[in-house]
Amino acid sequence: MRFLLKTSYEQDLRLFRDAVQRNWYIALGLALLVLPALVPTYLVDISLVFIYGLCGVSLMVLAGYTGLVSLGHAAFLGIGAYAHVYFVQDLGLPWVISVALAAAVTAGAGVLVGLPALRMTGVYLSIATLAFALIIQEVLTRWERVTHGLKGRPVDKPVIFGVSLAHDAAFYFLCLAALIGGLWLTANLLRAPTGRAWVAIRDSEIAAQSMGVNRARYKTLAFAYSAALMGVAGALFAHKVGFLAPDIFSVLLSIQFLLMVVVGGLGSLHGALFGAAFVALLPVLISEARDRVPAWAGQVVALAGKDAGAAAFLGVDRFVKQPGLEPGLFGLILVLFILFEPLGVYGRWRKVQLYFSTFPLYKRATFRRQKTYMRSERLR
Amino acid sequence: MADALLTVSNLETYYGPIMAIRGVSFSVPAGAIVTILGANGAGKTTILKTICGVMDPLKGTVTFERREIQGLDPDAVTRLGISHVPEGREVFPFLSAAENLRMGAYTRRDAAGVARDLEMVYDYFPVLRSRADQRAGQLSGGEQQMLTIARALMARPTMMLLDEPSLGLAPRLVKEIFEIIVRINRDRGVTILLVEQNANMALHVADYGYVLEIGRIVMEDTCARLLDKEDIKEFYLGMKSSSVRGTRRWKRKKTWR
Repeated sequence: MRFLLKTSYEQDLRLFRDAVQRNWYIALGLALLVLPALVPTYLVDISLVFIYGLCGVSLMVLAGYTGLVSLGHAAFLGIGAYAHVYFVQDLGLPWVISVALAAAVTAGAGVLVGLPALRMTGVYLSIATLAFALIIQEVLTRWERVTHGLKGRPVDKPVIFGVSLAHDAAFYFLCLAALIGGLWLTANLLRAPTGRAWVAIRDSEIAAQSMGVNRARYKTLAFAYSAALMGVAGALFAHKVGFLAPDIFSVLLSIQFLLMVVVGGLGSLHGALFGAAFVALLPVLISEARDRVPAWAGQVVALAGKDAGAAAFLGVDRFVKQPGLEPGLFGLILVLFILFEPLGVYGRWRKVQLYFSTFPLYKRATFRRQKTYMRSERLR
Repeated sequence: MADALLTVSNLETYYGPIMAIRGVSFSVPAGAIVTILGANGAGKTTILKTICGVMDPLKGTVTFERREIQGLDPDAVTRLGISHVPEGREVFPFLSAAENLRMGAYTRRDAAGVARDLEMVYDYFPVLRSRADQRAGQLSGGEQQMLTIARALMARPTMMLLDEPSLGLAPRLVKEIFEIIVRINRDRGVTILLVEQNANMALHVADYGYVLEIGRIVMEDTCARLLDKEDIKEFYLGMKSSSVRGTRRWKRKKTWR
């Protein structure tokens, strides 16, 4: 276990704890750079992880750091996606400017939602954002001149500065760059006074205001920033799916985003990324397993006898081909996760880290949970 | 003590990796008022929480009426006859004062007895009678504190755990509340375990005292003798001895460290 002697306040605010941590991150970056050469088939899925990661970071700022739980983030994604496609394909703006404009438009929408949200907390805010998401979905359906309504509209491959990024690997790097940019910006915001103001508002509005934090301003800012990130993610998402239709941006997607930050671990940027990987890759893993498990089962049972092996293959195959198995399994894994690891994937990651850094001395009791009891939220 | 109502032995309680109670043993005889003194963060509240079941100890036993009760759920402990008055007036803010008191009698089924106890509680705390129909959230701090004590009393407990009943109250109200605590103890024979910052008040009210420091008991004695000890005077009562010339040129160290 490394202990750092901190001699100045600035040390607490550094992006990386120490040189060792920074080197680990550089190693991770290098690994991500060579990844396309190693797994060329899964690049699209990994790009989706990056896009979802951006969405997760966006919602983490709002729900995890500012304490405003939004059930309507898919609407921001939709606004960003449609705005970007409109700017690029109908107005013919350059790609980079279009993404920036899409982010600005989405941030504007975020401010619009954020203003009434100043008077709402908890469940009421969730309901308001949910209503907002439904309204936006309806707008996307009806505003046919821009969105082409239910017919949907195809999205071209991105072309940046005259260079076409039609190849999967090129798109992978585009998403990676966007994610790293978003993460860097967010991490910097969070270690600045703005981030501390957000956390202060989350933990105690009264105390935050008595320290001089302008509640209205920072809540609106959180909404605007979160929405802007979502707008950028939306632009990438549009290219990823290749065909926009209003029903993509449903409430289910919003719930999936919320699930991402909760499963990942509320209140940490790591959590947002872990959650994104979890939500984007688990269905892929499940469908991979669906293709392979029957054959494995058949081979294992075949050791006992050839006929039994064939029968086992058929039985398992029939079982895994049932419709609804995938979402069911996904839900089951989720429930188990929340039940046994309330701190999310990030919490588990911390435990594994602590296990290795304290190696033979790790105590399970460190993370033993005490009983918890709820209090009324209506007092606030 | 052989005839102890509550015995705590070698109790260890953790908050995650932090050891809050480091092997505490003490006992409370039936019918007595016992107080636990200590500075902030000594673990006083944690001891009460562990006894009443809100927290689970990692080691050690809590024996109440010859039954081990550590690790039980708080509602089960209440049914055995231990009422906990939590720190910071945890009233039900959206129920009226009278409804709060009825919540106190939640475990009881004898309607006549409950009605009698309600009258008795109103006799102890006449303010509550005039506030009976008001929402508990709208009562003043002192009234809320009285309400929580009264509510705990409604369960007709054999033992009450009082956590900082004087917190945030005006000195006059503190005196009033402590007088009532003594009356409850004398009239109804309720054993009381009192945790207090206000050492002076607690030592005058209680029979026996324990001094807790960073999760360990460092001193125990009858309150009359504790009041005479130099250490207690200096560190808990804030009285300073001075030299003949009226000034003091030394710094006193605690004898137990």
